[in-house]
This record gives sequence, C-alpha cells and structure tokens, in this order.
Amino acid sequence: MAYVAVKGGEQAIDAAHAWLAEERRGDTSSPALSVAQIQDQLGRSVDRVMAEGSLYDRQLAALAIKQAQGDLIEAAFLLRAYRTTLPRFAHSKPVETAAMTIERRISAIFKDLPGGQVLGPTYDYTHRLLDFGLLEDEAPPSGALTAEADAAAMPRVPDILGQEGLLEPDLASDREPGDLTREPLSFPAERDVRLQALARGDEGFVLGMGYSTQRGYGSSHPFAGEIRMGEVSVEIEPAELGFAIDIGDLVLTECQMVTRFKGSKTVPPQFTRGYGLVFGFGERKAMAMALVDRAMRAEELGEDVTAPAQDVEFVLYHSDNIEATGFVEHLKLPHYVDFQSELQNVRRMRAEAEA
Amino acid sequence: MKGYNFAYLDEQTKRMIRRALLKAVAIPGHQVPFGSREMPLPYGWGTGGIQVTAAILGADDVLKVIDQGADDTTNAVSIRRFFARTAGVRTTTATAEATVLQTRHRIPEKTLREDQIIVYQVPQPEPLWRLEPSRVETTRMHGLADYGLMHVKLYEDIARYGQISIAYDYPVMVNERYLMSPSPIPAFDNPKMDMMPALQLFGAGREKRIYAIPPWTRVRSLDFDDHPFRPINAAHPCGLCGATDAYLDEVVTDDRGGRLFVCSDTDHCADRRAAGHVGAQGLREAAE
Amino acid sequence: MMSALTPGFAEPVSGAQACFRLVLDAMARPGQVHALGGVAAPAPLCDAAAAVVLTLLDHETPLWLDPEAEAAKAWIAFHTGAPITVDPARSMFALALSQSVMESWHGLPPGTDEAPETSATVILQVVSLTTGTDFVLEGPGMRAPETLTVDGLPPDFAAIWRRNHAQYPRGIDLILCAGNQIAALPRSVAVRKG
Repeated sequence: MAYVAVKGGEQAIDAAHAWLAEERRGDTSSPALSVAQIQDQLGRSVDRVMAEGSLYDRQLAALAIKQAQGDLIEAAFLLRAYRTTLPRFAHSKPVETAAMTIERRISAIFKDLPGGQVLGPTYDYTHRLLDFGLLEDEAPPSGALTAEADAAAMPRVPDILGQEGLLEPDLASDREPGDLTREPLSFPAERDVRLQALARGDEGFVLGMGYSTQRGYGSSHPFAGEIRMGEVSVEIEPAELGFAIDIGDLVLTECQMVTRFKGSKTVPPQFTRGYGLVFGFGERKAMAMALVDRAMRAEELGEDVTAPAQDVEFVLYHSDNIEATGFVEHLKLPHYVDFQSELQNVRRMRAEAEA
Repeated sequence: MKGYNFAYLDEQTKRMIRRALLKAVAIPGHQVPFGSREMPLPYGWGTGGIQVTAAILGADDVLKVIDQGADDTTNAVSIRRFFARTAGVRTTTATAEATVLQTRHRIPEKTLREDQIIVYQVPQPEPLWRLEPSRVETTRMHGLADYGLMHVKLYEDIARYGQISIAYDYPVMVNERYLMSPSPIPAFDNPKMDMMPALQLFGAGREKRIYAIPPWTRVRSLDFDDHPFRPINAAHPCGLCGATDAYLDEVVTDDRGGRLFVCSDTDHCADRRAAGHVGAQGLREAAE
Repeated sequence: MMSALTPGFAEPVSGAQACFRLVLDAMARPGQVHALGGVAAPAPLCDAAAAVVLTLLDHETPLWLDPEAEAAKAWIAFHTGAPITVDPARSMFALALSQSVMESWHGLPPGTDEAPETSATVILQVVSLTTGTDFVLEGPGMRAPETLTVDGLPPDFAAIWRRNHAQYPRGIDLILCAGNQIAALPRSVAVRKG
C-alpha cells in the first residue's frame, strides 16, 4: 500500500472529545452525579483539589472533580487554569488561626492543655473495615455530639511553649510576601515563597519528602506540637475605608511541628518550628508540609544540607503536580523529529565505528 | 470567546510578557524570567509558546502552527484551534502566508522573511541542564559566560565516540555571548537560525523563561576546529517530492524492514508536489 | 482635574497590541523608525511617548520621571497606575524629555550580570527622528550597519553609549520618541557618529 501523508488530526481530536464525554457520563441508567453531591459527600477530594488548585471555592472544585471523572490532579489543573483568568480585587489581611472556630485540635506534646484535645471528624480511630452497609441506600446518620469550642480558650500550643522561651520566636514580618503565581521562583527562596509552594504542592510529593526526613534523610526529631482545623474569617482592608471588613470564612488545617535544635554559637538550645497550612481538611498534607518546611530551614539554622528534603531548589522545582504532570505526560506528544535525528546519529556513529 | 479577553490572556499579563520580550530581544540568548501563567493546556505542551504568541498576536495576523514540521499533528491542531477560538485570527498552513509561526521541534524549510516572527515552544530553556541540574549554578555560569562545562562535555564526546553525539537541541552561542538551547529542533535546523531575517522568540512556560534572537544575529553551533559542526539527515531523497535538502521523517511501511523517507515539513512537501516535483513513490504509482 | 485628562487608546486592546508590535520591531531592528498612532498625547508628551507609556506601563512598573516630564504625571498615573518613584534606582522605566537623563543615567539600574533584565528602560523624547545628527549602528538586528538620524541627543552621545554598551549584558535600553515616531537602541548595539 502506498504511503499517504497523515491527515485527520482535526477529526481525531473531535472524536476523542466525543468519546470522552460519553465515558465521563458512564452508564446512563444510573442517575448523573450532581455537583452538590460531590461538594457534600466527597469533601476530602474537594479540599485537596482546592488546595492544589489554589482556589478556595467548594462548588467550582466539585465541578472540576465531576468534569475530570474524579482525577484530582486533572481537577486541580482545571481550577488553576480558571484561577489565572480571575482579576485580583484585594489582598486579605493575614488570617488569624489563633482565633479559629475549632472543629479539631490535638497536641501530641501535652497530655492536657487549655481548651483540651478535640478529636473532631477524624478517621484516626476508625477500623479500616469496608462498610458494606454503604452499598445500600443510607439512613441519615444519627446526630453527632458536637460541642461548640470556645476559641478564646484554645491558645495555639506553640504559643504556650513560647511563653517559656524554649521555642524560637516566630515574629510577624511587615515585608510583602512573595507570590509564585506572579513572579517566577528565584533563589535564595525565602520562607514565605517556600511555604506557598508547599501549600500548592502535590500531597503525595510533600508526603514522600516529609516521610524521608523521618527515615534519616535530613535528621530531625519532630513532635506534632499542634494540629488544628476549623473556620477562620478572612478580612480585607479597602484603602478608602481605612478599616478591615470580614468577607467570608475559610476552613483551614494548620500544623506546627516542634523540633529540637541543639543550638549554635549565638542561639541557646531550644525548639524550632516547622509550619504547615492548607485549605480544607488536609491534615496529612499539613503535617508533611511542616516536616518539609523544617527540613528546608537547615541552611538558615546552620545545619548540614545533605538530604533531598533539605535541598530547597530540588523540593520547590518538583512539588507542583500541574507542572510535573504536564511535563511527564508531554512525552506522549510526537517526538519523531528528535527521535529521527537520534536514529540517524546512532547509525552514523556505528557506521563510522565499523569503518 | 465569551468571558475571555482577546487571545485569552488578560491585558496585564500581556504587558508583563511584552516587557519580558523587549528585554529578551535586547539581550539575545539570555533567558528572561517571566510570570508564566497557568494556561488551559498542560505545561510541556506549548504553554510558553502560546503565551508569547498570545502577547504578540493582533487581529490582522495570520497564524501557522506546526509540530514536528506538520500542521496536522494533534497538538498543532489543538493550539491552532485555541487561537482561532480565543483571538479569531486567520490561520494558515502555508509558511509564506503566515505572519506569526508557532513551532515545536522544527524550523520550516522555506527561508523566513523579515516580516515574519517565529515562536518556538521550549520544554527546557537551560542548555546546561544535563550537566548541572541546579539553576542557581547555571545562572551563575551564564552571568560569567563560563561555559567550560559544555566544552568539556563536547570534548569528552569526541574522545569517546570520535564525534559530537548531540543530534537535537544542539547548543548554540548567540551573538558570541550566551549559550542557548535552540529547543529540541534537529541539529539539521540549527544553521537556519544563523542570520535569520525573521525575529525568533522562545517561550518556556513551565520553566518560566522567555528568550529571543533578533533578526540578522550570529548563531553559532558549538564545535571545534578539527571537529566542525555536522548536521545529520537521512541519506535519501523525499519519497513523495524528491527533495534532497529537506529534513526527513522515517515512516515504517511494513514489518519487513520497509522504510519510506518523507519531508517532515508537510507544507514544503505539498508545495513541491504542486510544482510538479515527484519522488520515488510517486513515480512508482504513476507506473502502476 | 480628572475630566481635564485626555483619553488613552480608543481601542485599548488592539491599540496596545499594535503599538507593542512596532516597539518590538524597533527593538529587534535598531535603526528602523516606525510611526505610531492612536493616542492624543497630553502636553508635554509627544504622541509616540504617550503610546509607549500606555503600552508598557502598569501598576507593576515603578516609573521615574525627569523634571520636564512631571507635567504628565497625573495622566500617566490615571491611565496606567504606574507607581511614580523619586528614586531612579528603584525604577523599571524612566520617562525623560531632557537629554540630561543621560548624565550617568541618574543612577538608573543597569541590571546585574546574572539578571541583566533587571535594568531600567529609558523612554526619551527627542526633537526629531528624521533630521539631525547621523549615528551609525552595528550589532544584532542589523544585516549591515544602519544609520539612525536623531535631533535631540547630546553631542557626546556616542561616548555615552559606548560606556553603556561596554557593560553588556548589563545596560540601559533606550526607546526614542519624536512626534508620532519611535526608534530603539538596545544595549547590544554599538553606536558611532556618522
């Protein structure tokens, strides 16, 4: 058969999109998923997509999950691509996690403390047994016993340690924080930018890097000083008003790891911090983030930089799953021109070697 | 397109990219960091080229998009559609008709003119990345014009293989100052960059860098006096149009080692055939 | 006050795009002179300088004005939102109506060897780009040396530019505006008197 130059890219793409739409909907004899159902019943997926998509909007995140057939990285990508088109009206004031309306708050370093330990809606002590009852239509769960926690009585645990001077102070800076979505990464990358990258970073990547610090790749002795999850209010201060106004609430998870530091010539032995903060209920990510944040402070604290998690450039350039997935998957684009030149090159090298 | 600005990007983003482009033109071959945005296409699929094109494109432009030299490869189709949809510009497959050409992995065979701009999609703008992964280090090397690392690599190639083993993304010196990645074009295309009449712009979205070569600028493929630069191509004429000076794709025609070599630049090949040039396959068909 | 300001581009999106392409071409082909249109400039700016300002500046670009350009401050602030800085070292752009800007460039940043793009770009309004002194340009963007004719550069401009060019890749890029015409001198170009 004679070769005909390939045509038909246009039709192939249209056909692929039609097939995808059909596959996304699935068997039409079962009812279509509503975005509200995803928003309400797949909350942890919604949280992850909002965190990695860097956009706090539960409904849009749920829509993205539906559109992406539950592929959470694809969903985060949809959200990011939408986010870049949005105008910026204002920058909020820093949120005050000390004033959080607590749903969950635990500390691994004090048995009891002001405000107490609040387990909240956690999987921690569930036995991981498949609940076959969920195969059937569910009866509404009986009402949970909830008690409204008193924010004033819930000081952050590291603040308690700080009163004794045993924990490094964490002073607010009046410097404008960097923004990776406007300015490309440059080095040395300050902690604000590092934390932004981790907060947007892939949960799996950050988890793996955090885990590596617990296995000897960058030694640290972390304690979960506190993990808290709940609602904080967001305030902006319009220049023409001159005072702050509340524009809404966010659910956040914050983790502060406390790590022993042997001290240096100028600093007495004390505890240092690693910090994690993510949108929604993202405890695994917040904890791993705090470990990696602390690991990346090695140079600042005069520790040897020996492990991957301590290498700021390595961590920051590889944490973003939208960048990573695009570049890994771009390998399926045609590369026949490059491959052809490699092929001719290898043939030539062999021919010359044999000659 | 409803709800979006002309050519998708907002004006603020376009200005930021335009400022980076002017700097890139003023410092040929230097990688200018820019606030690359998330695009509705994945990183690694041309987001840098798309942002550059979106920042320069006007309603009167005529756009050509190629991937691997061809207008009909799926990603080229997808990008061309993106601009037809978001900017409403006229698109073409004819190199000579285009005012802006966006490309991945090739430079068209037809010499580009002064009134054309070619935009390259760049996956990895740092020419030294295989030798030094840290961008902190490579930035320092560019600052000092310290390219010893690359010369050592090329020298080692010659010592080991008797020749330089790079077949594509073959490093170039621009204006005798900056070592630059030409993007993963075959080394065959490198000489076209030298003293090109058209403005050459390069966008790397994921790596957030823009660079440029002004028209009529010296672009030298690295080599040694005793091992001069030798671009490679298949030692065949095009099976369809008979061209002997065009870059060729190798097409596997059967499972018994059958091969057909055809122009990678599909517009060039079609033009030649329209002008009456016939390759070996065409002659066979005519005889049948 | 506001109502007294003249408008910007009649069509902001296409106006800025068309102007940018001419500025890009001017920067890519030193010596080429282009005519811009579309803006009624506020005194004392010429139309070309006003168009370039509208095209390139916004709230992310600190701008330094020489005393002669101060009169256009309200117009620039209104249309672009560019923060006006009194410290030339902090500026990304400088707009100058007087050639005195070239006296040691007032401390405008030339960038660094590692980040030469952090230099300032000077938009300089001159008397004419069609009559005046001939300068011969050589470098990237030109197949053969080009002649640029300018009225309004200092007599020792070739020497001033030699010092700028010698810092390459650091250095100032210059956009020259006269009436509705522009030309550009990127730092990569060598200049001698014609």
